[in-house]
Amino acid sequence: MSLQTDLLVLLPELILAIGAMALLLFGAITGEKSAPVVSWGAIALLVVAGAATVMGPEQASAFHNAFIADGFSRFAKLLILSGAALSILLADEFFVSVKLSRFELPVIMLLATLGMMLMVSASNFLSLYMGLELQSLALYVLAAFNRDHLRSSEAGLKYFVLGALSSGMLLYGISLIYGFTGSTDFAAIATATHGAAPGLGVIFGIVFLISGLAFKVSAVPFHMWTPDVYEGAPTPVTAYFATAAKVAALCLFLRAILTPFPDLIHQWRQVIIAISVLSMVLGAVAAIGQTNIKRLMAYSSIGHMGYALLGLAAGTSLGARGVLIYLAIYVFTNLGVFACIQAMRRGGKAVENISDLAGLARNDLKLAVVFSMLFLSLAGLPPLAGFFGKFYVFLAAIQAGLFIPAVLGVLASTVGLVYYLRVVKVMFFDEPAHAFDLITGIGSKAIMVLSGVVALLFIFAASPVITAADAAARSLIP
Amino acid sequence: MSLPILSLVTFVPLLGALAILLMPNAARWIALGTTVVVFILSLVTWAGFDNSNPGFQMVEKLDWLGGGISYHMGVDGISILFVVLTAGLMPFCIAASWESIETRVAEYMVAFLVLETMMIGVFCALDLVLFYVLFEAGLIPMFLIIGIWGGKRRVYASFKFFLYTFVGSVLMLLAIMSMYWYSGTTDIVTLLNGVHFPPHMQIWLWLAFFASFAVKMPMWPVHTWLPDAHVEAPTAGSVILAGILLKMGGYGFLRFSLPMFPSATEMFAPLVFTMSIVAIIYTSLVALAQEDMKKLIAYSSVAHMGFVTLGIFTLTHQGVEGGIFQMISHGVVSGALFLCVGVVYDRLHTREIAAYGGLASRMPLYAACFLVFTLANVGLPGTSGFIGEFLTMMGAYLHNSWLAIFSATGVILSAAYALFLYRRIIFGALVKPSLQAIEDLTAREIALLAPLVVITIALGFYPKPVLDVTTPAVAKLIADNKTALAMDHATGAFARARATKTEVVAELHKGAGR
Repeated sequence: MSLQTDLLVLLPELILAIGAMALLLFGAITGEKSAPVVSWGAIALLVVAGAATVMGPEQASAFHNAFIADGFSRFAKLLILSGAALSILLADEFFVSVKLSRFELPVIMLLATLGMMLMVSASNFLSLYMGLELQSLALYVLAAFNRDHLRSSEAGLKYFVLGALSSGMLLYGISLIYGFTGSTDFAAIATATHGAAPGLGVIFGIVFLISGLAFKVSAVPFHMWTPDVYEGAPTPVTAYFATAAKVAALCLFLRAILTPFPDLIHQWRQVIIAISVLSMVLGAVAAIGQTNIKRLMAYSSIGHMGYALLGLAAGTSLGARGVLIYLAIYVFTNLGVFACIQAMRRGGKAVENISDLAGLARNDLKLAVVFSMLFLSLAGLPPLAGFFGKFYVFLAAIQAGLFIPAVLGVLASTVGLVYYLRVVKVMFFDEPAHAFDLITGIGSKAIMVLSGVVALLFIFAASPVITAADAAARSLIP
Repeated sequence: MSLPILSLVTFVPLLGALAILLMPNAARWIALGTTVVVFILSLVTWAGFDNSNPGFQMVEKLDWLGGGISYHMGVDGISILFVVLTAGLMPFCIAASWESIETRVAEYMVAFLVLETMMIGVFCALDLVLFYVLFEAGLIPMFLIIGIWGGKRRVYASFKFFLYTFVGSVLMLLAIMSMYWYSGTTDIVTLLNGVHFPPHMQIWLWLAFFASFAVKMPMWPVHTWLPDAHVEAPTAGSVILAGILLKMGGYGFLRFSLPMFPSATEMFAPLVFTMSIVAIIYTSLVALAQEDMKKLIAYSSVAHMGFVTLGIFTLTHQGVEGGIFQMISHGVVSGALFLCVGVVYDRLHTREIAAYGGLASRMPLYAACFLVFTLANVGLPGTSGFIGEFLTMMGAYLHNSWLAIFSATGVILSAAYALFLYRRIIFGALVKPSLQAIEDLTAREIALLAPLVVITIALGFYPKPVLDVTTPAVAKLIADNKTALAMDHATGAFARARATKTEVVAELHKGAGR
């Protein structure tokens, strides 16, 4: 295979990489005023990269199978690109309003996105690590972007220290796996572990690998950083963490477990089930006591990762399909929620307490309706979109015979319902507090409308999404 | 029939809700118009219904999620009456809220219309996933109705209502998924006619469905959400709650538990009978001690639903038909009783029984209407309540005479609490100063209550229109149940009721091949 064909497979990534450099140069030359231009340039680049992804090859690999482009990576990349583009849109409005507009932000987000795209396409532990670190380093900076703000700096530092620890664990796991199977290539590892009795070294390696990845998806017991980072990071950055970063980490998780270790399912499944159930339960229970809406969303995301991991625990293509459908709905719902949170401003200052939402339905009915609809969708209530995400994950879990985790999962979702309903209650049943400032940004409004439409009307358009996710999952596990 | 009449009945309320969003100032009239149109459409459906056909009619089927999950609608002799009942009660609810709801009227009407779509859809759905979606979706508008327009403890009541019902339903969802993997479809018609679940699976499926429907019904001991929800809900909310939402539980038993899991039904019937008898006697006694009118009627609802489950699970023709009739009758009568409470509540803004007394002298018309519904609640011959209770007790007697004896004590107790309530409110001397100027029924209230009086008495004397519709479907239901049960007994399937997990998983994978 020539270099040219290899590079062609990587076309979307190349567009992002070169574009990000160009935007960085442009920003450096024109100075701070150029931030909005750079933002729009970045969004345009993401759209172009998305088009390149759609038109790219159906199934191709590059650089000796280190990089693979298939239906699965395409589905994941489109979600990542959408999450990134909409987060940049939110960020542009946010940083203008706090007078902290800087052109570096969209550029760093582009680089993080590039890392995520490499992550979901990696089919070798080395390229996996490369993509993961590119993403992580960019994310550390993003978390601390509001650098004069104590909380934001704290979030960045905390994320960095714990993230570095998890990367270390991941690397240690990879080295063990390499040592005991003789390869870092997913397909070669699958061949090496096929048939033979699993060695203790490989199992240790898998456990460390799962621990490191669990950190990235914020699954219990590696979730501690999530609430602080979600709370401290600027809202649009949190939106980015909760959407694109989660999709990338979870899709990477799927590929890095399912492709190299299909024959060791009985070994890794119990670990996945444990972290999945713990995440679902902790996410639901710990969120009840929260007063800050961003911390609430952090626990909500921990719970959601638990549900998604149940699909991985199934270990089938149906499970992968469930996870993809789940993520697709999750990304668009969460973006809308964070657009709503960003709209919580009073007298020019952002407010973040749940009690600030009191009586929102009287002050701004439209915002309250969208907000509560998205929350009920996250809770998984039919007929809203979130129900179908949970439905397909649990469907796969039942088929794989995971009855007890499924029962625990639905019971946790009932507990989770309490805190989602509480926010709806505050908005609709309580006496009104002072009204919020008017939403000025067209971008936020557009995102809210988009999310609301997805949440409400997914029920009518579910079939094509399910078909697409099915095809994507089958490219991962035939 | 090419016109998708069931979809029209189901989704016209949503169109009405959209219209209200465009013209919020005319919310009351749009809502009333929409519900009346839906009622007429439901009557058209009933007129086109062929009584002699025990199968599903007016069927519509479209592909929806793929993989055997479709948008499938249809009615049979069991469900058509519930559709008509739902559509019929809605105009009363809107009219009852005409003056008593003063704040956020447009939102209130939208919530009711959305709720109507979900409720009618539940009774028409012929796909398990579709059924589940509509079954659960109805919780959201009801949650808002109780929580926004309810009384003092509305937040507590709305949360309790939501969480109780939700926790039962999610277990049912898992059962639906297992059924899907076993049979490869969630189509109710296919499941009823061509799929037979092995008994060890039936037990778990039955329990999961039971968790959902027993809470919805509600059966003792999971009935405690109902008194709270009733007390706090606005009048129309109570009417819908008692009139329709409770019936979904009974409908679920008839549609799923009995025909699909016959062996498990046979096995668990004693449990259901015990719970029903306890509900009938215990909640009747509790009702005797209530100081709040709505709470009293709520407990009486639990007792009456006890008759329904008792009748249904005897699996005799009389019992099942009596159960259905009792649900229809209770839908009308309890709805009317809540409307009666609403009438005096609108005047005095209290539901405490002690605040009233001697209303007969200033409100003769009201006293007469209230009397009819009280007697129907007691089950006096000549009212619709009698037919249902009589048939269920007959069914119970055929099955086991002790059941009939215990349930008959419930009839006596219901007479005690209902007449006691009536005496304390209507009779006696009118001495309380707050009651001296109380007005009798207005024209709007007469228009509300008169049709219900007529229906209650008419069904009491001439129940044939209802029974004619249900008879063939009930006969088919019982025959199918007996056939399937014989199959289980013949294969000695219960001998291996305890399957290993590997076997269960292997069975679930069969569905993919079908």
